[in-house]
Amino acid sequence: MNAQAPALRDPRLNRPEPLTPPLGDGGFFQRDRAIHPPAHAPGYKSSVLRSPRQSLLSLENSISEITGPVFGHNDLGPLDNDLIRNYAKDGDPIGERIVVHGRVLDETGRGVPNTLVEFWQANAGGRYRHRKDTYLAPIDPNFGGCGRALTDDTGYYYFRTVKPGPYPWRNYVNSWRPAHIHFSVFGSGFAQRLITQMYFEGDPLIPVCPILTTIPDKDALDRLVAPLDLNASTPFDSLAYRFDIVLRGQRSTYFENRTAGN
Amino acid sequence: MPQPLNYLKETASQTAGPYVHIGLIPAMAGFDIFEKNFSNVLVTPNTKGERITLEGKVLDGTGTPLRDVLLEIWQANAAGRYNHPADRSAGALDDEFRGWGRAGSDFDSGLVTFETIKPGAITDRTGRKCAPHVNVWIVARGINIGLNTRLYFSDEEAANAADPVLNLIEQPIRRKTLIATRSERAGKVVYAFTINLQGPEETVFFDV
Ligand SMILES: [Fe+2]
Repeated sequence: MNAQAPALRDPRLNRPEPLTPPLGDGGFFQRDRAIHPPAHAPGYKSSVLRSPRQSLLSLENSISEITGPVFGHNDLGPLDNDLIRNYAKDGDPIGERIVVHGRVLDETGRGVPNTLVEFWQANAGGRYRHRKDTYLAPIDPNFGGCGRALTDDTGYYYFRTVKPGPYPWRNYVNSWRPAHIHFSVFGSGFAQRLITQMYFEGDPLIPVCPILTTIPDKDALDRLVAPLDLNASTPFDSLAYRFDIVLRGQRSTYFENRTAGN
Repeated sequence: MPQPLNYLKETASQTAGPYVHIGLIPAMAGFDIFEKNFSNVLVTPNTKGERITLEGKVLDGTGTPLRDVLLEIWQANAAGRYNHPADRSAGALDDEFRGWGRAGSDFDSGLVTFETIKPGAITDRTGRKCAPHVNVWIVARGINIGLNTRLYFSDEEAANAADPVLNLIEQPIRRKTLIATRSERAGKVVYAFTINLQGPEETVFFDV
């Protein structure tokens, strides 16, 4: 890699773009554990008995981590990214109509194409369609609360839904989750696998959420908050929120080091 | 000031929560929504290889099975080849095997099962032989970032003894936490495993 390469300007962001070396299929960049929540985070009580106490064993990526499942449009149905229609029985679901869109990128700033993004959420009243959710807010007969999409060639994805409501949960007696959408993302290798949650700009429950505040890094937390994207809204139809997801970058293999004789 | 590198930062992980099934296995949440669903069955009738069942539990720090855990597995086919363009090894691809599946634990017993085939030994890019193994990723309520581990096979003693990853584990006794035990039940091959999140027999988890 040429350390002297000049940084290009990204006119949209008015800052230099990250360097994007030729797409490689070497190991992934070391995960920066300081931006992720620690396994043992006592403020989120469920983590106490479910967190490993030994050090993770550092594993230089082998072919088992560099590879991962490949998905295609054959895996999806035509309504999978439309949560307003994909479970509608006799009308639209109740709630604020929104579009959520963004890109799946890697740490070099490159879009991650053709990768599977799955999402799930509570309904507008904060109730999940799940046999274990007993919150008193009603189930919406026209809302399932899940969907999925494949990113396009540039890493772009979008889906339509209603804005989820906040809901109470058993951590402290009076703990409430800010409105959020759960995301599951694959990337190209199994070591990029990630589950996260998207929050909504301006939600006053964000700074007091015991799950969100497991994240030790303020900037990392802010990056989970989707801004209102008025330019992407559809007049007289729906608002839009923008949520980009960054997966680990991947090293190029400039030189193959093979054992002699192979 | 030197030139800025300006790499982006990875998005922070968050727990999958107790309702992960809605998004990833809606039938377990109690409803039917998608035309096509992902499952814990990795094989079709035409997949090549020895049929096996992987069966196990994930235990918390008190030894209690997690009943809301979700596991995904990723593995090579019977010829030791991953169904992915980055694997350029010599084994034949099998169009009838993606090599990936996901399973939620039973809401009462905590049991997790996969119907798959036993993977072949893998040749890494450096030419190293690696013992047959299945890569495992674990998420649940209370797990803040997905846990990566592996399952090896009890009847592969020689290959396991030479495996470069198992040999990275300093204490030989901890290597055993990754070995699934083979048995036969009603003519079916079952490999049983236990994943301990904590305790004296804590499973080896990897920072991949
Ligand atoms: Fe949630």
